[in-house]
Amino acid sequence: MILILIAFPLFMSALALIVPWNRVRPFFLPLSGVAHVAVTALVIARPEYRAFTEWLAIDPLAVVILLSVSALYLLSSFYAVGYLRYKKDRSNRVFVASFSAFLGLISLAVCSRHLGLMWVAIEGTTLVTAPLIYFNRSPRSIEATWKYLLVGSVGIALALLGTFFLAYASLRGGRGATLDLGELVAAAPGMSAPWLRAAFILLLVGYGTKMGLAPMHTWKPDAYGEASGAVGAILAGGVTSGAFLALMRIYQITVAAGQGAFASRLLVFMGLFSMATAGVFMINQRDFKRMLAYSSVEHMGILALGVGIGGVALWGALLHVLMNSMTKGALFLSAGNIQRAYQDKTTDAVRGAFRVVPLSASLFLAGFLAITGSPPFGPFISEFTILSGAFASGRFVSGALFLVFLLVVFVGMGITVLKVVQGKAPEDVVDKGYRESALTTIPTVSFMALVILLGVYIPPFLKDMLLQAMQYLGSQL
Amino acid sequence: MNEILNALFVLVLILNLFALGNGRILSVIKIVAVQGVLLGIIPLFIHAHLTAPEVITSVATIALKGFIIPAMMTKALRDVQIKREVEPLIGLLPSTILGALAIGITFLAFAGAEPGLSGGASLIIPTSIATVIVGFIILTTRFKALSQVLGYLVLENGIYIFSLLLVEAIPLVVEMGMLLDLFVSIFIVSIITNHINRAFSTLDTRALSTLKE
Repeated sequence: MILILIAFPLFMSALALIVPWNRVRPFFLPLSGVAHVAVTALVIARPEYRAFTEWLAIDPLAVVILLSVSALYLLSSFYAVGYLRYKKDRSNRVFVASFSAFLGLISLAVCSRHLGLMWVAIEGTTLVTAPLIYFNRSPRSIEATWKYLLVGSVGIALALLGTFFLAYASLRGGRGATLDLGELVAAAPGMSAPWLRAAFILLLVGYGTKMGLAPMHTWKPDAYGEASGAVGAILAGGVTSGAFLALMRIYQITVAAGQGAFASRLLVFMGLFSMATAGVFMINQRDFKRMLAYSSVEHMGILALGVGIGGVALWGALLHVLMNSMTKGALFLSAGNIQRAYQDKTTDAVRGAFRVVPLSASLFLAGFLAITGSPPFGPFISEFTILSGAFASGRFVSGALFLVFLLVVFVGMGITVLKVVQGKAPEDVVDKGYRESALTTIPTVSFMALVILLGVYIPPFLKDMLLQAMQYLGSQL
Repeated sequence: MNEILNALFVLVLILNLFALGNGRILSVIKIVAVQGVLLGIIPLFIHAHLTAPEVITSVATIALKGFIIPAMMTKALRDVQIKREVEPLIGLLPSTILGALAIGITFLAFAGAEPGLSGGASLIIPTSIATVIVGFIILTTRFKALSQVLGYLVLENGIYIFSLLLVEAIPLVVEMGMLLDLFVSIFIVSIITNHINRAFSTLDTRALSTLKE
């Protein structure tokens, strides 16, 4: 089963490189997506399919990430077909191959029980997403790709050094050098503390760069700003979730080694700092796609904060991975539609989107309300859980700061979003008569439907999944 | 054995300083290539009994870091027709001195700090960390895109040195995966540097400043 999750998208990617038909190629993406979701559903329903080899298995934590990545990819892949229809004049060979390879590599990262293998897969996702950001070939997208690659590669290189430090900490502890996750957790209590701490810091910086935690987030606004809607969605919901999983693995080892307090302090600090940074840059943000990038920085901060606080907040953070992915899907896809209608992504030119693209504008507004934690949308539940977790564990300062930053972000983001959707649309845009197509709106509507559904009803299987992940991490509600 | 190993590590460190002190990008490519070959040779001297995976890794490392990547970089350099790193943030001589200082401090900090390691292996940690720092210096003080990539390669070499301590933890498939990632990243970067040059008529990354707040 795991082999299908990893190999099928990679196979489709290779096929996309070979197949010469530009019109047929985009359909490979939903094909990979449907197969992936089907296998993911099977793996969730039948836990006996979760084991494969010593280094490839889906543990209770991985299954949570797998579900959110799989659902996000499926809907984004349909949107990508619609998007590529607008770009008929250009070869989509590299785009389809990279988009499909991404799914295989992120699955490999999620299923890896060996930290070296996981690193290889996550670095791989950086490399295959670079050509996606670069797809428009404009000087701006070249600049964004260059920064993405350079910052991402250096960050991920530090994560590799941290991974090696971790193996060395185990070697110094007398258990032999290992990067196998199970063995590392077992060896953790005896690990050399200074090396373990150094490893945690390097890994936090390294995978934090991929997640986009401040101050390592600098590539994010550029990359998300220049990427198309579907690519932005899989970056903001897929790559970041994979990096978050990597960080959780390290956190698990650090906690097992008795250094949990040290790790928590750092995570809480990084989380709040990311939220604050995002808040500052979101105020007066004219570019609504860069605004979404800062929103992603904020939500990665929320995840780090939730994990750092632990307990109930950890449950909230795990739920928030899913909520964030789905809401970011709705936001990036609708933002892509608005940008296409106006051929612009700043509030200087984009006004009155309700008149030009009513459906996408409504979804964009709903997505904004959802991501900022308004009821009845899904993220409200997860963010509220993290907040109550903070207060329940006596971290009043963190909880209060969390609330303040949420408010700042709400106001900052709200001003930009309202400018986009309200007001009078420029005449020339209205005259162009841009029509929304089914392939670019149905996935967006589906994302929003999921966000609302999860806001009013969390299915029992999902609750079980999260609970098992908590138990797996050795944490109590 | 140990004398050879020590000599090899010292050579790696000297190459770091050469890389810092040289303004001709082609020369730096060659210096980093020689460093890559040394990194491929070192494991052969560390282990008394060579196994097949170790030999495969060594050969692949030498081929990739010593020949394939330098060839790709040289081609990228020829395509963009530049020769020198002009006006780095810190001059060549000061950055060499900075690098030497970094090496010195790293060795002082780690000398004898790691009891479990004997003989040639005791140089692994300081050499690795010093090389990572030198890579960082190159990466942050040079402005030409290709020079920054060379800095990244030196940084990567430093990390590779650390992995020599952990042979049993890194299976062949992971080792090969890392090399493949490196190959693909240099491949993509060499395409992009070419496009940067065409779009901006320079390889100076300071020209890449449209995207900001």
